[in-house]
Amino acid sequence: MAQQQTDWAAIARNPKFVELHRRKSAFLFGWWIASTIYYFLLPIGAGAAPGLWSVKVIGHINFGYLFALSQFLVSWAIALYYSAWANNVSDRLTNELLDELKLR
Amino acid sequence: MKKFLVIMLVALTLGVAINTVLPDFSFAGAENAIASAVTAQPPTKVQAHRGITITLFLIIILITLGIVVWAAKRTKTTADFYAARGAITGFQNGWAIAGDYMSAASFLGIAGLICLYGYDGFMYSVGWLVAYVTVLLIVAEPCRNSGKFTMGDVLSFRSNPKPVRAAAATSTVIVSVFYLLAQMVGAGKLIELLIGIPFRVSIIGVGALMICYVVFGGMIATTWVQIIKAGLLMMGAIVICILVAARSGFNPVQFFADVANNAQIQNWTQTHLLHEAIPKPGFDYGQRFLEPGLLLKDVWDQISLGLALVLGTAGMPHILMRFFTVPTAQAARKSVIWAMFIIGTFYILTTLLGFGSAIYVSPQISFAVDAGGNMSNLLLAQMLGNQIAPFVGDFLLAFLCAVAFATILAVVSGLVLAASAAISHDIWVNIVREGHADQHEQVKAARIASITFGVIAIILAILSEGQNVAHLVALAFAVASSGNLPTVVLSLFWRKFNTAGIIAGLLIGTIAAVALVLVSPNMQYPKVIAAGAQKIAVTLEKKQAEGAVLTDKQKADLAKAKMTYEKNKDGSSIVGLDKPWFPLKNPGIVSIPLGFLAAIIFALLFRSKKEEDAFDELYVKQNTGIGVAEILKH
Repeated sequence: MAQQQTDWAAIARNPKFVELHRRKSAFLFGWWIASTIYYFLLPIGAGAAPGLWSVKVIGHINFGYLFALSQFLVSWAIALYYSAWANNVSDRLTNELLDELKLR
Repeated sequence: MKKFLVIMLVALTLGVAINTVLPDFSFAGAENAIASAVTAQPPTKVQAHRGITITLFLIIILITLGIVVWAAKRTKTTADFYAARGAITGFQNGWAIAGDYMSAASFLGIAGLICLYGYDGFMYSVGWLVAYVTVLLIVAEPCRNSGKFTMGDVLSFRSNPKPVRAAAATSTVIVSVFYLLAQMVGAGKLIELLIGIPFRVSIIGVGALMICYVVFGGMIATTWVQIIKAGLLMMGAIVICILVAARSGFNPVQFFADVANNAQIQNWTQTHLLHEAIPKPGFDYGQRFLEPGLLLKDVWDQISLGLALVLGTAGMPHILMRFFTVPTAQAARKSVIWAMFIIGTFYILTTLLGFGSAIYVSPQISFAVDAGGNMSNLLLAQMLGNQIAPFVGDFLLAFLCAVAFATILAVVSGLVLAASAAISHDIWVNIVREGHADQHEQVKAARIASITFGVIAIILAILSEGQNVAHLVALAFAVASSGNLPTVVLSLFWRKFNTAGIIAGLLIGTIAAVALVLVSPNMQYPKVIAAGAQKIAVTLEKKQAEGAVLTDKQKADLAKAKMTYEKNKDGSSIVGLDKPWFPLKNPGIVSIPLGFLAAIIFALLFRSKKEEDAFDELYVKQNTGIGVAEILKH
């Protein structure tokens, strides 16, 4: 059981890990908060500004429907952006750290 | 794959042969013929062609049992049983998550809400996808990297394992039971309604199948049942949507114009939704159907529901468990992204399904068949198919019934697996046996737990016949978001979090959610019902006193109202209330902050240096995945 002898506190202090942690937290919580706020604009807006929700944009399609639809697109966009970011940034930082620790 | 195709073809030909040889043994066929011939008389119930439907059900049962046989040979260790050896790919897991998540309620219910209430039904569907942003960003990868089989593994990583596992297992079982009961009772009603198999028989049948999948095939079989179900569901939805879209020339602008210009929708919005006897001159009732405020009237209730969805999905034990089936954090990430595209596509398609049934079936008929609109998808499929050929209508309806059946099977299996993992892995192996159980004993414990839990679920579901169980889904999400999610997130990300915080968060979050629902408008309040009945009775009696002659229906209504009044006037709700004490149907807005607060306050009151020191290990592991390979080997 080599795992038990690992000095976790030392890895946690490793500048590469600190960097990984900092960038990950900023990205994850930042985008999570942004997505949540955007989501709650839907029920709040529909309740508070029914006039805006009823504005016809194309034919009979109104702002309300397009805004609800945009929730799907925004969620997908965040998912794809996160995926691209994680593949490029966090996976790379993780691999660099693992290389340095000779754990890979 | 080839083998399955052959089985499917054989079963299909057999079914068709039986149907053509045997005389039509059910009244369903005849009724269908009458319903389509006499268009002036709208159908008041939906009846599937029994032969085709039962054939399709049998095909699904055959295929899934085939999978169980195949999976049983591969299920020897606990890692096989709980986590399919961690060998599911991200793509497969994405379909399985979608299959685990999209219940019959979302397949039949949301399209029904759109058909009856227009825009608000669609708005309601949005939260079910947005919830996955939380799953993706906050819980999927850390859970993969820090857990083995259950939520209890993640929570007990650095805390005192016995009390934490006990609390986590309890909460998992509570959430699973709530969700499972709603699914099973819904399944029983649906099968009874569609093909006339009695409620109890369907419940026992569905229950036996789900126990069979889980006990013999474990996570491998459950995963593949979910993948197949998600595939069938998407196939069904896409076929119906193409038929609907073709009517509007595949032009979305034309489609919405068809909604707004539909006379039946206009009439429905005016009389049923806005309760206006005489139309306001110049008011566009069709367009009003596309605007908010016809169903969801309380903004606070919506925010509360939204919170429970966005945070609850990430705290659902059967969803968390899916991340232990993939080998790496990258695969976990990939699986959520696939799941999001599948689930999102499905919910966007509900626009066509829901508004489509409003145009072609009409809200009036959908409402007459089922007041919740749950049958509108099925009516739509039958109607659009019938216009091609009667056989196509029967087949499409039967196909959608089969999809609903597969859907229920997939969701309940996932829940039984999650609950039995909590019982056997957390409680039996890690608390009772303190981890000293060999593989053989562990797998045996898991199987016994699945059977026991499954049988109890069947009994509870039979006892719940006739009860309104729809609010149990909301309750499951409320408990998951108020108890599970705060403790999981704080365990993974907050150094000072500890045993006291986990226990307090789970207990107080869960109790708050359940208690608030018990005093909410979800419960039945006999005095409120009595007051409503009395109002009807008084109105009708006044009419009678004024000399008007009541129709037979009005006389029946009067007698019924009087009886309802007598029956309910002295009653009170399950906890002895005359009227709801908490105004919202969804407790999340209060119970989620309470869960978080309790977890944080108790963690700060009972600081634990040992647990804080162990945070480095958890934090490094959850971020980097160091040691995951070792977890999988055990």
